Amino acid sequence: MSSKSYSLFLKDLKSELRTRYAINALAMFIIVAISVIMFSVGQEKISPSLTGGLFWVVIFFTAMSGLSRAFVSEEERGTTLALQLVASPTTVFSGKLIFNIILVFAMNTVIAILYSVLFEEFIIRNFLLFLTSFVFGNIGLAISSTIIAAIIAKAGAKGTLYPVLSFPILLPLILASVQLTLFAIDGISFESAKFELAIVISYDVIMLTASYMLFDFIWKE
Amino acid sequence: MVWKIFLFLLLAFVSVAGISFPIVENPTKWYEFPLIPGLEENAKIIFFHVPTAWLTVIAFLMSTLYSFKYLRKKNLDDDLKSYASAQLGMIFCILATITGSVWAKFAWGSFWNWDPRETSIFALLLIYGAWFALRSSIESEEKRATLSAVYSMIAFVTVPFFIFIMPRIMTGLHPGSADDTNAGPVVNFKMNGNMLLIFFLSLIGFTILYFWMWRVGYKSILLKDKLDKKFIRG
Repeated sequence: MSSKSYSLFLKDLKSELRTRYAINALAMFIIVAISVIMFSVGQEKISPSLTGGLFWVVIFFTAMSGLSRAFVSEEERGTTLALQLVASPTTVFSGKLIFNIILVFAMNTVIAILYSVLFEEFIIRNFLLFLTSFVFGNIGLAISSTIIAAIIAKAGAKGTLYPVLSFPILLPLILASVQLTLFAIDGISFESAKFELAIVISYDVIMLTASYMLFDFIWKE
Repeated sequence: MVWKIFLFLLLAFVSVAGISFPIVENPTKWYEFPLIPGLEENAKIIFFHVPTAWLTVIAFLMSTLYSFKYLRKKNLDDDLKSYASAQLGMIFCILATITGSVWAKFAWGSFWNWDPRETSIFALLLIYGAWFALRSSIESEEKRATLSAVYSMIAFVTVPFFIFIMPRIMTGLHPGSADDTNAGPVVNFKMNGNMLLIFFLSLIGFTILYFWMWRVGYKSILLKDKLDKKFIRG
């Protein structure tokens, strides 16, 4: 199963590198979103905690602009039936999930680097805490957006509905991650951020389990 | 038929009693409510605000339950029941939000405070708003039923997070919150016997009303489907 989902991932990677649709869209979206924030801030001095919140605004909307590609592209090219024939639903979901996790990590790393270069107030005092929350937050973001992308691909309206459906599902993760980013900016110790980290990790585990259980129903539709 | 008259009398009594019974400092007569410090006359909205919030939870729970049932049995009737219940849940959710925010204006000073429960009901509004949007975007009945059932299951597993994460991020204003000084269930603080009686009568009356409305809603969707088929296919 794992080798099959790996080859599925390679197939996605190859077709992505050939067209570079998602990568280009994400890269441009990051630039657009960050420059909108920079223009609206202007010469104003913004507080460090505000930059932590805005950081997640950029991440959320960038994710919403590109991550639905994983399943929507299969529907558009009409290759869904072929995939259903050659692979089990679990394999398909694993392959798409690996692809989206890589995409989210690449995207968020770029956002984090650009963000810390462009905003002087965005200073991480507890880097280890930020890194841990960043990793688990990204995994959760990838899982939820992959399963919602599967729903969206089967539904009629593809573009507009995606952020609408994803936001309530991602809300607990975003709330906890914003809180963790604020902790990292304030330099709060690992020990006192344990609860929020536990929330993010259990969110990942629960969403992963629920997604694998429910994906069968979506995929066979 | 008898129970409908009974329900009418019950709800009429609750509405009249809840609004018109006087609030006095030392209740002596059977129809007098006690004065609760900090709430005063505002306390009366409890007979309408709490039942609507309660029904929001019941209706959405029923909707999720029938979605789950649909995924197991693939019976389209279950999907219609789930849809009818979610419609009612949305109505009660909006009512609870409005009555709550009116109460918040007079008790806490502003219409919206991002208290944990306010945030939770906002998340519920978002989830079911998205759910209805998803349903309206799909033509085929089976596909619509499956996809919306899956979405409501995914939304359902996020509910525990709202319960645990909210109180950590926001300060609670509702009674029974983590940092509430007079902690404990809402009901047994400072309500006297007749107030409690009317409160529970109101809860029971509204719950029966919900189950009745649910049945009527479900039947009307069935009839509408039948009519559509009759006129379109001849």
